[in-house]
Amino acid sequence: MIELRVVYVISAREFKKFLREKSRLISSLARPLLWLFLVGGGLSRIVPTEGNITYLQFFFPGIIGMTILFTSIFSAISIIWDKEFGYMKEMLVAPVSRVSIVVGKAVSGSVVSTIQATVVLFLFPVIGLKLSIPSIFLTIILSFIISFSITSIGILIATFYESFESFSVIMNFIVMPMFFLSGAMYPLKKLPPLFKWIAYLNPLTYGVDALKNVIITTEAGGMGADFPLSFDLAVVAAATALFILLGTMAFNKRI
Amino acid sequence: MSVISVSSLTKHFNGIKAVDGVSFEVREGTIFGFLGPNGAGKTTTISILCTLLKPTSGTAIVNGYNCLTESAQVRSSIGVVFQDMTLDKDLTAYENLLYHAILYNVEKSKRERVVNDALKFMDLYERKDDLVKRFSGGMKRRLEVARAVVHQPRILFLDEPTLGLDPQSRNNLWEFITRLPNEKGVTIFMTTHYMEEAEVCQEIAIIDRGKIIASGSPDELKKTVGGDVIYLRTTDNEKALRIIREEMSLKGKVSGDELFITVSRGDACLPELIRQLGEMVKSVRVQRPTLNDVFLTLTGKEIRPETVDAADEVREAVRAYRRRFDRT
Repeated sequence: MIELRVVYVISAREFKKFLREKSRLISSLARPLLWLFLVGGGLSRIVPTEGNITYLQFFFPGIIGMTILFTSIFSAISIIWDKEFGYMKEMLVAPVSRVSIVVGKAVSGSVVSTIQATVVLFLFPVIGLKLSIPSIFLTIILSFIISFSITSIGILIATFYESFESFSVIMNFIVMPMFFLSGAMYPLKKLPPLFKWIAYLNPLTYGVDALKNVIITTEAGGMGADFPLSFDLAVVAAATALFILLGTMAFNKRI
Repeated sequence: MSVISVSSLTKHFNGIKAVDGVSFEVREGTIFGFLGPNGAGKTTTISILCTLLKPTSGTAIVNGYNCLTESAQVRSSIGVVFQDMTLDKDLTAYENLLYHAILYNVEKSKRERVVNDALKFMDLYERKDDLVKRFSGGMKRRLEVARAVVHQPRILFLDEPTLGLDPQSRNNLWEFITRLPNEKGVTIFMTTHYMEEAEVCQEIAIIDRGKIIASGSPDELKKTVGGDVIYLRTTDNEKALRIIREEMSLKGKVSGDELFITVSRGDACLPELIRQLGEMVKSVRVQRPTLNDVFLTLTGKEIRPETVDAADEVREAVRAYRRRFDRT
């Protein structure tokens, strides 16, 4: 059912456009830098930490998670752009299956997102982290898996919106809460019970936790990972399967 | 041989009949024109034939395949140029066509050749590496036509291909389009609401409010209006009218200072007319009916209503509904 040529066309198209738009590339790297150094830098002065890590080191896996979150969601909602500017019709009238289009969008969004996450990852020496080469590779692979699940969520969201006026709605009601309630900025253990339970339902929580498992290697007390890596991966994989399925169904029905 | 065959096709949107029991056949290698005012049901019909919409009832067969049950085969047999632009403006002309070729399963070894051929055919080869956003409106349209024929479809659908183009670009586009049936062996199914553009069609169906109200070749349709009109000015209109009635058994009328006669073939009738009236004739002109006259006679209105009426509001509601709910 999944035609590789369709995945290739969608990815090649996305990638070409990504490389041509230098401003998009630069601005998407500016966001994690601002958050890491301006928000994280400020907070690290007043937030006490546990164990041997600094607040910036704690925040670092969350920043990678944030990079993945924003880039993946933006890539996925390019579906709304394609609907508005017509290219979607070109794909829909071609002899290709709908699930191929959905998977193509998920793959292309994940590749772009992984590249950005990798660029951010290489800031690790700046904040005093030490990562082995296997850990770096593992982080990149994890980034791809997390990107895939977030992109599939983005596709599901995108099928429900008609125009990019809905963009701020998606940002304020989905993307930002997903970021704040993912354990990226503060350990889940310290959250009030209601927020903690919402965070447990957030797929990004397990993505960020997986990254903490790999990146935070020193003793970190209550600020380390909450779950074992295998559990994080299982939840992320299950979420991906679920959202690709729901996304394809919604796509079939609505587009 | 028919390459499109439609019978009793109906499509309802929320109780509104956008297409209401439409039947027609399109012969291979011809240009078939689907004419009607905005909102008459043209785009809905094209969407069903392209398998983007499911009909409420009736059948549509394209290139021998059923649009409802064999949509993949139908899609491989057709090329479509939609009313709204569907190019990717941030890619080059060549990339747009290349990705199209891959989506339509053109063999890898042939891709480059078919893409270049299509670009050359539409006279865009020199600009193949330019981003589409730098193209003029007319060039974008030509590029869309080029893209639609890259995979050598049997049938090409053109939905209002000249909408929004200036007259020069329109003529230019038609020059390319009318060469397609002979040079590329495709059958063309087009919609337009510019009546004069429909003259290039071998066969026309006129649709209004979801129903086909007339069909035939442009000449046949024009004959239904009653043929050509000859306008005469003479030294004595009353006397001339009598001569025409008695000697030529034609019907005529005096209107203002002119005399007009409706005949089936104006040009063939003129020599005899001049012989009969001799030196009485001061001036004469023959006017052939246009397709617009055909539409006017059939529906009692011009094809392009300038004012918003109740029907327009219904059409707008149909469009809004289609955008919101009905996607298949």
